[in-house]
Amino acid sequence: MTTKISGVSQFNDAFATQRTTSGIGQMDDQNDPISMILGLKEVRKAAHNCATFQSGAKPGRIVIPSEVAIRETRQIPFEVDPPEHKGFRELLNPWFKRPQDKSYQIKLQQIIDITIAQALSADSLDIVADFALPLQSKALTLLLNTPMDNAQTWIDWGTHVFRSESSHLDANKANILYDYIDAEIDKASINNQPCEASEQDLYTVLLNAEVDGKKLTKEQIKGVMILTFAGGRDTVINAITNTLAYFSENMDDLKRIAAEPNINNRAVEELIRYFSPLTQMGRVVTEDTAVCEHAIKADSRISLCWASANRDENVFSHPNTVDFDRKVNPHVSFGFSHHNCLGATHARQILRQLVLTLANKVNDIDVVSADENIEQLGEFSRKVGFNRLVVSLSAK
Amino acid sequence: MAKVIFVTQNNGSMEVEGDSGSLMELAVANGVAGIDGDCGGVCSCATCHIYVEPADFEKIGQPEEIESDMLQLDDNVREFSRLCCQIEVSEVIDGMTFVVAN
Repeated sequence: MTTKISGVSQFNDAFATQRTTSGIGQMDDQNDPISMILGLKEVRKAAHNCATFQSGAKPGRIVIPSEVAIRETRQIPFEVDPPEHKGFRELLNPWFKRPQDKSYQIKLQQIIDITIAQALSADSLDIVADFALPLQSKALTLLLNTPMDNAQTWIDWGTHVFRSESSHLDANKANILYDYIDAEIDKASINNQPCEASEQDLYTVLLNAEVDGKKLTKEQIKGVMILTFAGGRDTVINAITNTLAYFSENMDDLKRIAAEPNINNRAVEELIRYFSPLTQMGRVVTEDTAVCEHAIKADSRISLCWASANRDENVFSHPNTVDFDRKVNPHVSFGFSHHNCLGATHARQILRQLVLTLANKVNDIDVVSADENIEQLGEFSRKVGFNRLVVSLSAK
Repeated sequence: MAKVIFVTQNNGSMEVEGDSGSLMELAVANGVAGIDGDCGGVCSCATCHIYVEPADFEKIGQPEEIESDMLQLDDNVREFSRLCCQIEVSEVIDGMTFVVAN
C-alpha cells in the first residue's frame, strides 16, 4: 500500500510577477549581488552581448552560487569569451556532437534498457539516486569514451559534485573531483600512444589537440573536463527525475508518445522548457549599462534566468501548460548564443531515448514519497527538481 | 517531389530530394554539413541557418517573429537568412539552391 502523493508534476513559474512588472529580479549570493534578467528577449540579447556581459571573468564568478571560493581552474570554453572561445569550441563541437551517431545511440539504448529493467524489477526506488544518477554516470562514459566501469566511481560521489548535506558549496567535495581529473589526465598522458580514433577518450583527444596552433596546457584540459563533469550532472539528473515525475501524473501523455512516436522530439523539448533544469547562469558586467531601464554597474553581476524566460507570456502561449503540440518552442533551457550548452546534444539524446523507452515499456508510475529541491533565490522560491523521488514502476 | 541543392561552407554541393517534412529534416537525413537541427525543428537552437537566393526569397517568404528574433542575434545573419526547420519541403522550393551559413 503506497500513499498517493500529488502535485509532483507541477513546476510553478516563480518569476511571473517580477517579470511582468519590472523585468528584473534581485538576489544576493555570498555578498556579490545579482540582477536577474527575466524576459526571454532580454535574456537572449544579454546572452549574445558577450562584450558587455562577460563569461571570462574570475573563474567561478558567473556560476550561481558563485564557485570563486572553491575553484581556481577556468572552465573551458564556458568561462572564455570570443575571440579565444571560438578555437576551443571548434575543437570540442565535433566530439560533443557524437551522440548523433547511430553507434553512440545503440550503446546509450543498452544503458537505458538496463536502467529501466532494474527499476521495473524493484518494488520501489529513489529515482534521483538509483535511476537518474546511474543513468547520467553511465551515459557520461559514452560522452568521454571511457570504460563503463568508471561510472561506479562517479555514482559513489553522490548526486552533487560540489554540494554536501550541510553546504551548497563544499570545497572538500569539489576537491575529490579536481584530484580525480588531475589523476586521469596524468594517466592518459603516460598512456598516450597512437591509436584508432574510435578508441581515443576525451582526455587523449585533448592531450593531442591544438587550439590556435598551441597545445592545450594541463590546466586547460582540466578546465574542459571539470565543465564536462559538473555541467552535465545536476542538470541531467534534474531533467531525468522531473520527466519521471511529470509522467507519473500524466500517463496519458506517455501513452500518446507510444502511439505517436513522431511527437517524441517535440515532447522532450517541451518538457525541457517546462522544467528548465538549470535555473540561471551569471555574467559579469564590463561597463556601466542598463537592462530593462535598470542601471547596472560595471563589475557587478547579472543572471540570464533561463527558467523565467521559458515562461515568458509574451513569447509562449499558455506558458505554464505542458503542450506536446507546441511546434515552435524557442526555449533557452540550453542557454543561447556563443555559450549555448556544449552537452546539449548528449542531454537531448538521453531524454529522447529515455522517454520513448518509458513509453514502450512502462504502464504506470506511482509516487511513494517526494522531497522537492527548492532553490531560494532572493525573494524567489523555485522548484528545480527533487532531493528524493521514490516511485514504483509497473511494466506494460 | 522537390529537388534542392545545398552549398556548404567548405564549398561542397549536394543535391537532395524529398516530398515531406521540413527542409532541416531533409538536410539532416542527407548529412548536409553545417545543418545540425539539434532541437529537432522547434526553432530553439538556430543550428539550421541557411541563405536563400534573393530571387527565391519572396516565394519562400519572410520568417515569423520568433524565427526572426533568433536570426537577429546570429553572427552570420544576412538579408536572406532563414532557419530551414521553418521551411516545408514542397513544390514551392523545387529547384532552389541554399547556402549553409555555418
